[in-house]
Amino acid sequence: MAKSLPAKSSAIRSFRPFRDRFAQFALYIVAFLISASFAWIVFDLVRGGIGHLSIDFLVDVPRNAGRSGGISSILVSTVLILLIALAAALPLGWATAALLAEYVPANSSFGRFVRYSLLVLAAVPSIIFGLFGNAFFSIYLGMGFSILSGGLTLACMLLPILISTAETGLRAVPDAYRLSAAALGISRTAALFHLLLPVAAPALVAGLLLGIGRALAETAALLFTSGYVDRMPSSLLDSGRTLAMHIYDLSMNVPGGDVSASASALVLIIALLLINVAAIRLAARWRCRTITWG
Amino acid sequence: MSIRSSIGMIQFVTLILTLAFAWHPRGNAASEKLVLTGASTIAPLASEIGRRFELQHSGTRIDVQSGGSSRGINDVRNGTAAIGMVSRGLKPEEKDLHAHLLAWDGVGIILHASNPVAALSQQQIRDIYTGKIINWKMVGGKDAAVTVVNKADGRSTLELFLNYLKLKNSEIKPHVIIGDNSQGIKTVAGNANAIGYVSIGAAEYETKHGLPIKLLPLDGIEATVTNVRNGTFPLSRPLNLITREPSNSLARKFIEFAGSAQVHDLVEAQYFVPAWVR
Amino acid sequence: MLWLLHGAAGIAAAIVLLILLFLAVEAWPILRHIPLLHFFTDASWHPGEGMYNLTPMLSGTLYAAAGALLLAVPLGVASSLFVLYYASPGLANGYLRLVELLAGIPSVVYGFWGLTTLVPLINQIHAPGASLLAGILILTLMILPTVALTAHAALLAVPHEYIRGAVALGMSQWGIIRGVALPAAKAGIVAGVTLATGRAVGETMAVLMVTGNVVQHAHSPFDPVRTLAANIALEMPYAMSDHRAALFLSGLLLMMLVMILWGLPAWPRKDIHG
Repeated sequence: MAKSLPAKSSAIRSFRPFRDRFAQFALYIVAFLISASFAWIVFDLVRGGIGHLSIDFLVDVPRNAGRSGGISSILVSTVLILLIALAAALPLGWATAALLAEYVPANSSFGRFVRYSLLVLAAVPSIIFGLFGNAFFSIYLGMGFSILSGGLTLACMLLPILISTAETGLRAVPDAYRLSAAALGISRTAALFHLLLPVAAPALVAGLLLGIGRALAETAALLFTSGYVDRMPSSLLDSGRTLAMHIYDLSMNVPGGDVSASASALVLIIALLLINVAAIRLAARWRCRTITWG
Repeated sequence: MSIRSSIGMIQFVTLILTLAFAWHPRGNAASEKLVLTGASTIAPLASEIGRRFELQHSGTRIDVQSGGSSRGINDVRNGTAAIGMVSRGLKPEEKDLHAHLLAWDGVGIILHASNPVAALSQQQIRDIYTGKIINWKMVGGKDAAVTVVNKADGRSTLELFLNYLKLKNSEIKPHVIIGDNSQGIKTVAGNANAIGYVSIGAAEYETKHGLPIKLLPLDGIEATVTNVRNGTFPLSRPLNLITREPSNSLARKFIEFAGSAQVHDLVEAQYFVPAWVR
Repeated sequence: MLWLLHGAAGIAAAIVLLILLFLAVEAWPILRHIPLLHFFTDASWHPGEGMYNLTPMLSGTLYAAAGALLLAVPLGVASSLFVLYYASPGLANGYLRLVELLAGIPSVVYGFWGLTTLVPLINQIHAPGASLLAGILILTLMILPTVALTAHAALLAVPHEYIRGAVALGMSQWGIIRGVALPAAKAGIVAGVTLATGRAVGETMAVLMVTGNVVQHAHSPFDPVRTLAANIALEMPYAMSDHRAALFLSGLLLMMLVMILWGLPAWPRKDIHG
């Protein structure tokens, strides 16, 4: 600080720490508020549904419109729909992200067109996705009310999230990596798979987790595509309802379904936590194996 | 085992499982499938009836989808579904379809349990809903502004209500508009000054389980499922299964089953009144 | 390889076109006998009586989304800063898991909780409780994880040399965040905010349960409003012919509004990632 302005410099010196301390305080408050909101929601769910949870709840099929029995068939349908959605959206999404980040020049009109389309896709209301999925996958492509139809509709919804996060992650990888790879004679494809994608893994995982969360949380898009049937599905072309749909039906449609709805919601949250932790662990191990540090 | 090969293994196993699922030599390829679509109000009941039907007629599959009464009508017309679920009577322009009565659903006015008002006349209800009565003290209640809860456009409960009060929807001045019965019940339960109208059966259930709402009598008749059953309560709507003639034999068998005494316990478990009783 | 990638990207773009086509085809029947202007100038929205004014619902959608973004963006970015720079590793991990779980809570659970807990609370302050404010608060909770997680990923990707350089210059923690980390992560954060905006505009179920669904322009946050997406969900199950087509038209108009909103900033700039 300039010696000729001692008063100003001491004011600045005492100002900065205050701003820092204020920032720290504010951020802790924010984290506390959000955690408290989450805790409040979970607490209400627990209060409403914890008594209903049991092993039977997980292995039995729904009875009495879901008010007794369990959610086993629904868990199976949910997992199947999620797997189909990810199986369709991940390769498509990450390939598109790789294209946009690595192979297409920054101002190409194709790139801009694709990015623009994805931003528009991100804003399509979920009910419209449901109606579209019904018209396109169920009717036009003939899949009817099916898990396949629901999964593919969800895949469409997940694309913007996956592509956006993956592209951000890939772009953030410093050019030095690409140049070093080129200098070593590694092909662009090999560099992409063995170097750039692993380095961008945190962003890929962030997108994946957001996508999984979104897929599990969705109701309106699946109402007209994978449908309402709560039977154990015997093939991908069977109709099957997801956990979120089950919660919706129980809480808004079936009199006396509130307890079962809360219990199902708790199962969903716990399942999501397990899936998230597993996904993060897998991604970290992939990263550690492919690049020796970081 | 490296992560590469374990991921590869997981992918391989998933692929095999998926193929097995998708190309499952469907033992029910020989089974008959019946698709019902329509009102979400009827869907849980139809689902339960379908389940019981499947148990009694092995090899059949009854798939119930929701999507609303209008979807039920459209799907039966274009052949997507064999039976439609419609939570109202058929309109004159729907005379190409055939309605089979499944159950009756009474519609009653609900208030918060703490509201001292015990009954309202038709004119008072009309005035509340058109915004002429805006404070509960004008009908003998507390000094508090009324929160009017109305149903969304197109719902049969709304049309029933409008018919009964001889009003048009644009004359109503609502403060909250709801979709399903459950939303209406929860809205009134959370607001001491709210008034709304919902399915009597659902409201009765919630009252029994401690939710702070109460049903008002209409024209002096108590709003109970019993009164809907004996026909004295003035406001009730039919829940119909609709088909287009000629319908296939499985559809006919199902409709017969659904109208029989064998499913009365299921109908009553959803707090409706079985058709046969009236 | 390259054509494969182009194909993949092409599919993503094709889906949007298909959706727009679908909406247009379904909306066409009503445009044949009701001029487009009526959708902005009719007296009110009463399809049963042939009135189709969409402007109150458009404003409802915009207010709800804007309000939610106003809250969620600072809170989300703050959350990511908390996790990366201020919290201890255990706390950071736990909080990150919490935010990820918030992303996965079904919209119907948010709606249910909003209806049974939040709305009665707001009702104590100002009737009827089901209001724009309730919608904004619920939407904030729903889009906050998107902002937080993408901001987190973007901040993680800031090269370490930048941070080390700033520390070497003697900058304070907040100074580094504000002057170095956030600007470097700006592109990623903006991408996340755009995704969140999309979600806020398109959210259907939760909003339907807490905003009161009265078709009117809001004059205060306590007024009930109806968003376009909620309207479609509310009325579609019971809408026939013209009413149904009008709902699809409202969806189409919403998409076009979004396209204009996205088009304005994104097109002149060569590339949103700079």
